[in-house]
Amino acid sequence: MNDTDKNNTVLRFLTCGSVDDGKSTLIGRLLFDTKTILTDTLSNIEKTSKKRGMSALDLSLITDGLQAEREQGITIDVAYRYFSTGTRKYIIADAPGHEQYTRNMVTAASTAELAIILIDSRKGMLTQTKRHSYLAKLVGIKHIVVAINKMDLVEYDESKFKLICDEYKAFATAIDLIQPGVSLEFIPMSALNGDMIVDRGSAMDWYEGSTLLNILENIDVKKNINESSLRFPVQYICRPRESDNKDLHDFRAFMGRIESGHMKINDKVKVLPSNHESKIKEIRIGESILSNARYEQSVTVSLYDEIDISRGDMIVHQNDKLSAVKNFTATVCWLSETDLTQNRTYLIMHTSRTSKAKITDIYYKMNINSTEKEPASILKTNDIASVGFKLAQPLIVDTYIENRETGSFIIVDESSYHTVGAGMIESLD
Amino acid sequence: MEGKISHLDWLESEAIHIMREVAGQCSNPVLLFSGGKDSLCLLRIAEKAFRPGRFPFPLMHIDTGHNYPEVISFRDDKANELGERLIVASLEDSMNQGTIVLKSADEPRNKYQSITLLEAIEKHGFDCCIGGARRDEEKARAKERIMSFRDEFGQWDPKNQRPELWNLYNAKVHKGENIRAFPISNWTEMDVWQYIEREGLDLPSIYFSHNRDIVKRNGAIVPITEVTPAKSGEEIKNLAVRFRTVGDITCTAPVLSDADTVEKIIIETASTVITERGETRLDDQVSEASMEQRKKEGYF
Repeated sequence: MNDTDKNNTVLRFLTCGSVDDGKSTLIGRLLFDTKTILTDTLSNIEKTSKKRGMSALDLSLITDGLQAEREQGITIDVAYRYFSTGTRKYIIADAPGHEQYTRNMVTAASTAELAIILIDSRKGMLTQTKRHSYLAKLVGIKHIVVAINKMDLVEYDESKFKLICDEYKAFATAIDLIQPGVSLEFIPMSALNGDMIVDRGSAMDWYEGSTLLNILENIDVKKNINESSLRFPVQYICRPRESDNKDLHDFRAFMGRIESGHMKINDKVKVLPSNHESKIKEIRIGESILSNARYEQSVTVSLYDEIDISRGDMIVHQNDKLSAVKNFTATVCWLSETDLTQNRTYLIMHTSRTSKAKITDIYYKMNINSTEKEPASILKTNDIASVGFKLAQPLIVDTYIENRETGSFIIVDESSYHTVGAGMIESLD
Repeated sequence: MEGKISHLDWLESEAIHIMREVAGQCSNPVLLFSGGKDSLCLLRIAEKAFRPGRFPFPLMHIDTGHNYPEVISFRDDKANELGERLIVASLEDSMNQGTIVLKSADEPRNKYQSITLLEAIEKHGFDCCIGGARRDEEKARAKERIMSFRDEFGQWDPKNQRPELWNLYNAKVHKGENIRAFPISNWTEMDVWQYIEREGLDLPSIYFSHNRDIVKRNGAIVPITEVTPAKSGEEIKNLAVRFRTVGDITCTAPVLSDADTVEKIIIETASTVITERGETRLDDQVSEASMEQRKKEGYF
């Protein structure tokens, strides 16, 4: 189904689950049954399956990446896979299920619109299931699909499936997972045999719901469009200054990606943090001139007035109440092996702006097993905490709930330049 | 204003955003341009990202000296047409300096590209190389970041990559280190061909069906050229072929094909049963981990 339609939309999703729940087999099955796996890859998998003494084709080998992973039979890092069908192009973020789950799952979830949470039908809900669900909620995933896998190992028993659904629903209610605009679906499946992934199979006639692919095909992605106020962070200034071309001599335009909302010619806008006002004169992508542009488009914009704008400034509509802030509280996922300590200065990268930042408080650390708040003075790898920040340069932010793109940031170590943390803004002070 | 933008618009917009981040964050970037289809997509994206201004980076080709002449002349014409600066860093220079020592004169040169690339990075002080690699090409690439950190020796450490979240990219490096930026990471071979069709991009002629002398060797089709002569006993045939990837002559094989237009190539790509690299890159087939190994040594 490697189709040639030029007007597909993109759906990004992640798969999560613990080590032996069959996640790699599920992805292998999706790719295999949508004819994405080509014969040379398949023959490599056959060879490896035989080498490891397996009789059947081991579909989980499709997602094997690095040498160390093949040697140890584990997944180390997030991998990205692709397939497309008649209507959509899919980008799968495949997050490994072992100990570094938080870091990898948050990374994979940050760009996903949908999460598939796998549960082994023999084991039911595990601590891992709860953690993943909590993290999916934290990162603001709007569509949750609970895939109850390995149904072949419980004789395709409907009552087993229903029991797990009920248990999950109770948990979902307890953590406020179900909110307006969030969808939750359950599918019984056998990734090994291919039941209810792409094909229905014949073993679960009692199940009347959709197959996994069907759900992916029909999820309403319009809900994922960020229709809130215009946010246009300036990435780069275009100033050709070509002396031999009069038209270009004074040409000045502002380049960036529209992170939310839309803009059109003659819109009244202002630039933050300076608050200078103007009107939109021209919007273009390359050679083509547009009358309007929207969320997720990278455009080049010129204004009627000559005002001073640099990389890191944000263009919004004139009536917008947004302003730059120097203090905020954020939920932080700590990603580094080196602890977060309160006496260090860090760099915060937010949209196209970077600022130095100090930690003013660690309000609490979240125990994601019990979802209880605990006191903390440092943060270790995989910790999730509520942290107060004080900034050297003002940033132009929204809360994460209002706007995923302008409510998120990464924390960079000032000396190693490594990315050490991820933040989601809770409130502005 | 309804609905989401199409997948090609989305991929293009993401790639433009990544290139502008490179331009905004890095002080001395370069775009790796081989004349191949993926790097031609990069050039189109650079035009959409930076015109009517100039590109904020030069173009650079790592020339193994074993290239199809059509591709080299195409490369030069393209740089001229764009009016952008082209740097050619050649393996021959590294060989003359003694930094590349071939085991034999006919040894495939692809793996030595890393040495010349690292020398060029050092000589010009580049802090970022923009490349046309895609995650769907190969399993080690599937795990690579869009902005991928390399240490002073150009090494990729797959176990210690910078986490990459939302659309926030960290391209900060110390002197001597560099970033490899891959704006079309999320594109598949099909996306590339659809984009070429939509944008009406010109390609070197060897991407389209043409007649060529070939031999069949170990299941692959080997083009007969000065640097890849037929071995004794091999039967030379003249067949209609095209290239799915373009690289060093000694490691790039064509496929049998009558597709002489982009439309026909798209139809063929949709029905192919063999991956791009599996069919045509002789250098990836040596061992299961050969791409990963080359990347660790500084290959892009």
